[in-house]
Amino acid sequence: MSAVIGHGGTVDTLGHGPGHEEHHGAPHGWRRWVWATNHKDIGTMYLLFSFTMFLVGGTLAMLIRTELFHPGLQFFNPQLFNQFVTMHGLIMIFGAIMPAFVGFANWMVPLMIGAPDMAFARMNNLSFWLLIPAALMLVGSFFMPGGAPAGGWTLYAPLSMQMPESMDAAIFAIHILGASSIMGSINIIVTILNMRAPGMSLMKMPLFCWTWLITAYLLIAVMPVLAGAITMTLTDRHFGTTFFNPAGGGDPVMYQHIFWFFGHPEVYIMILPAFGIISAIIPAFARKRLFGYTSMVYATASIAILSFLVWAHHMFTTGMPVTGQLFFMYATMLIAIPTGVKVFNWVATMWRGSMTFETPMLWAVGFIFVFTIGGFTGLILAMAPIDIQLQDTYYVVAHFHYVLVAGSLFAMFGGVYYWGPKWTGVMYRESAGKFHFWTSMVFFNVAFFPQHFLGLAGMPRRYADYPLQFTDFNMVSSIGAWGFGLSQVYFLFAVVIPMLRGRGAPAPQRPWDGAEGLEWEVPSPAPFHTFETPPQLNAAGTRIIGPAASHPGPVGGAAAHA
Amino acid sequence: MTMRALSRLAFGLSALAAATFALAAPAVRDLPGGPGVNQIDLHDPVSPIAVDQLWLHNYMMVICVLIFCGVFGVMFYSILRHRRSRGARAANFHESTTVEIIWTIVPFIIIILMALPATRVVVAMKDTSAADVTVKATGYQWKWGYDYLNGEGAGIGFLSTLDVAQREMSDTGRPQGDDYLLRVDNPLVVPVDKKVRIITTANDVIHAWGVPALGVKQDAIPGFVRDAWFRASKPGDYYGQCYELCGKEHAFMPIHVKVLSQQDYTAWASGKLKELAAKADDPSKVWELPALIARGEQVYVANCQVCHQPNGKGGGAVKPLDASPTVLDADKLKQIHVVLNGQNNGAMPAWKQLSDTEIAAVVTFTKNHWSNATGQIVQPSEVAAARK
Repeated sequence: MSAVIGHGGTVDTLGHGPGHEEHHGAPHGWRRWVWATNHKDIGTMYLLFSFTMFLVGGTLAMLIRTELFHPGLQFFNPQLFNQFVTMHGLIMIFGAIMPAFVGFANWMVPLMIGAPDMAFARMNNLSFWLLIPAALMLVGSFFMPGGAPAGGWTLYAPLSMQMPESMDAAIFAIHILGASSIMGSINIIVTILNMRAPGMSLMKMPLFCWTWLITAYLLIAVMPVLAGAITMTLTDRHFGTTFFNPAGGGDPVMYQHIFWFFGHPEVYIMILPAFGIISAIIPAFARKRLFGYTSMVYATASIAILSFLVWAHHMFTTGMPVTGQLFFMYATMLIAIPTGVKVFNWVATMWRGSMTFETPMLWAVGFIFVFTIGGFTGLILAMAPIDIQLQDTYYVVAHFHYVLVAGSLFAMFGGVYYWGPKWTGVMYRESAGKFHFWTSMVFFNVAFFPQHFLGLAGMPRRYADYPLQFTDFNMVSSIGAWGFGLSQVYFLFAVVIPMLRGRGAPAPQRPWDGAEGLEWEVPSPAPFHTFETPPQLNAAGTRIIGPAASHPGPVGGAAAHA
Repeated sequence: MTMRALSRLAFGLSALAAATFALAAPAVRDLPGGPGVNQIDLHDPVSPIAVDQLWLHNYMMVICVLIFCGVFGVMFYSILRHRRSRGARAANFHESTTVEIIWTIVPFIIIILMALPATRVVVAMKDTSAADVTVKATGYQWKWGYDYLNGEGAGIGFLSTLDVAQREMSDTGRPQGDDYLLRVDNPLVVPVDKKVRIITTANDVIHAWGVPALGVKQDAIPGFVRDAWFRASKPGDYYGQCYELCGKEHAFMPIHVKVLSQQDYTAWASGKLKELAAKADDPSKVWELPALIARGEQVYVANCQVCHQPNGKGGGAVKPLDASPTVLDADKLKQIHVVLNGQNNGAMPAWKQLSDTEIAAVVTFTKNHWSNATGQIVQPSEVAAARK
């Protein structure tokens, strides 16, 4: 969340020599953002957009937990409740988590590989601005006749046939978001493959770039599959096709196969970049190189490949042949191996390090701890016979919130605290960061841990009302959820807004003494333009050496600034 | 600042919690065969598969907790000891192929140990052959239909709907009862110690039929049949709910399986068959208006009221019946077609599964209730003709 307001001014007055302004200075006013082609500005917009969507999706979550606080229907009728559930999922996945990671990639990938910008700057602009109409359509669907789609974020047929017109709006919005994701992915792949500074070989890249490179391929592979599924839904709804309608020879379960062929890699799309962020933070605060870099790269690639072979574990209860169940059970369990390797490598990185626990490190350690719980529940769910008991219960809800909130989201919070000083040029308040971490961590577990119990006891998900035996755990869960929500409001006011306004202690060029990588070779805040001429790197690809580094432009000016 | 904020937060939370428990927690006890109060584990198993599932889950929990303790024991030891504030200096190692191979192979072996017992259960679970009793469970929005196809009791068929009072309690927001949302009008009745095969299908959207204590969950998919089986090891009442989002009333279509001893089951089945034979409506009967309206009111309460409301005004996407042009239309066929086939992509579902008499009765009722006073009467024979 860069020094949006201060950025242009800062760079013009401090970052650049006078001769540079006419073609290097940041443009001013609305044009800077609407015509934006600068990867940092676009990254900032992505992050602000996704944070806004996070707050919208979070508000829906609060409404859901408010209804579930007490059995019986107190606030919302079940149809509206289902709309909340559906839109919470869609907004969080397509509006918050995915764009936020693209925001990180926009900011960090060029900085990490020593590139001046993303490969396709104008496509980058388009892929961001496509998000806005899509988001408006998604959120606006609440105000359409009949309300928002209420069939769950998975949009299963044939329930999706019964949805009001807003379903078509949601399909269109998802198409646009998918197009945006594909463009973002192409951009990231081309940038990483073609624009690395001399000496930055693939196996020297920071792991964040690796995880995003692999994620981008996953996105390109599966977003069209989702587009296919929802297009078939659309033509079934309006143009008389019967892809998913048995009355016309179609098959509702085929929708699920297609959807989850997208949906399972999607899960890894949302977690692999998080692995990359964690792999940057842990070594920085352990003051020790990442253990097993090569195996981390291979583990990431293995996870990505396996992710294409496991989709039907979401469908054990649809009734597939015994061999199908066994295949998908075995393949799913295999994913635990590369995932375990990652956790082991992080722990080995911490082992005999010289650790300190500033806020980013707290999030990273918290991530490992809580994400691993989500990994274990995933392993338990992979066992087909147990899954028969737990499918579509709160156990599944607990599981995927442990990997998506405590996984993806916590890693991103870690990333915001870690790179925020570089983006904005100001340090966050350490006490505020720690308070945000501890409240989030505690309330997250209060909210979601009891849901394991609810699921084991058989409480189905997507229920607006439940038998009285489930009351106490639901109350605890709701209290935790409200606490978690308030923690994020605290984050907005105590961290995000001060950062945006440039309030806080000025950030040094290297706020973390153990951090390695090219992003720390430029001043804080990062100048509007960086690495306009390729830097000359040291053997490890982590430092700029030699005269080529002191290009008289941004980097040189930056040195003066620092 | 942080401490003060924390203590304020703690105070606020405890006040909230106190308010909560004062306000709330209606008295409730464990429901035998259903959920227990604050139950934290799987249900007590009442079928061999459920026993295996519980065993597998415990086995997995033990392995996972051991690994968890091992990995995080190392991590937290490291966090405590290898910190700069204790003067720890960073070591320089960052690679070891041997270690990487070990921690790839060991998990692989653990996973094989997990997969072996699971495989046995999967194979047992999927073997639905040689059933003693076969029942088709059909998911409707939002009720279950049961048809006994094979074995003792074949020919029995009925609908199983949430007890109306439960849905009303839900709307008032003040529910009560140990079997809240789990009580149905007609439970599925099966014999103990017999292999019961459940064939699932659905009429409209995907539902899922499941009972945790029996270790069964199977999606019910429109246009397709799937199956599952259980062998209940002791008589009793066992409860489940619909597990696949199926629209507005998803939370209100529970499953109640009543397991009877062989003797009781035989008595129930023969009684039920006689009762059904006696109750079967003669579709060629010609009804009087008041009798048909009275019959139609029952059908309305059981099937229509949940969406169209007792006052017939509907709401949201649900169209009103009171003063509806279709209902008032002199062409009775218009309304009959809507009821038979549904409209608006199933927002109004098709009700083909009701009998001619039931449809005739409910159409007649709506044409002569609230402000609708058409005086029209629809005979079952007219519905039968409209079906063709």
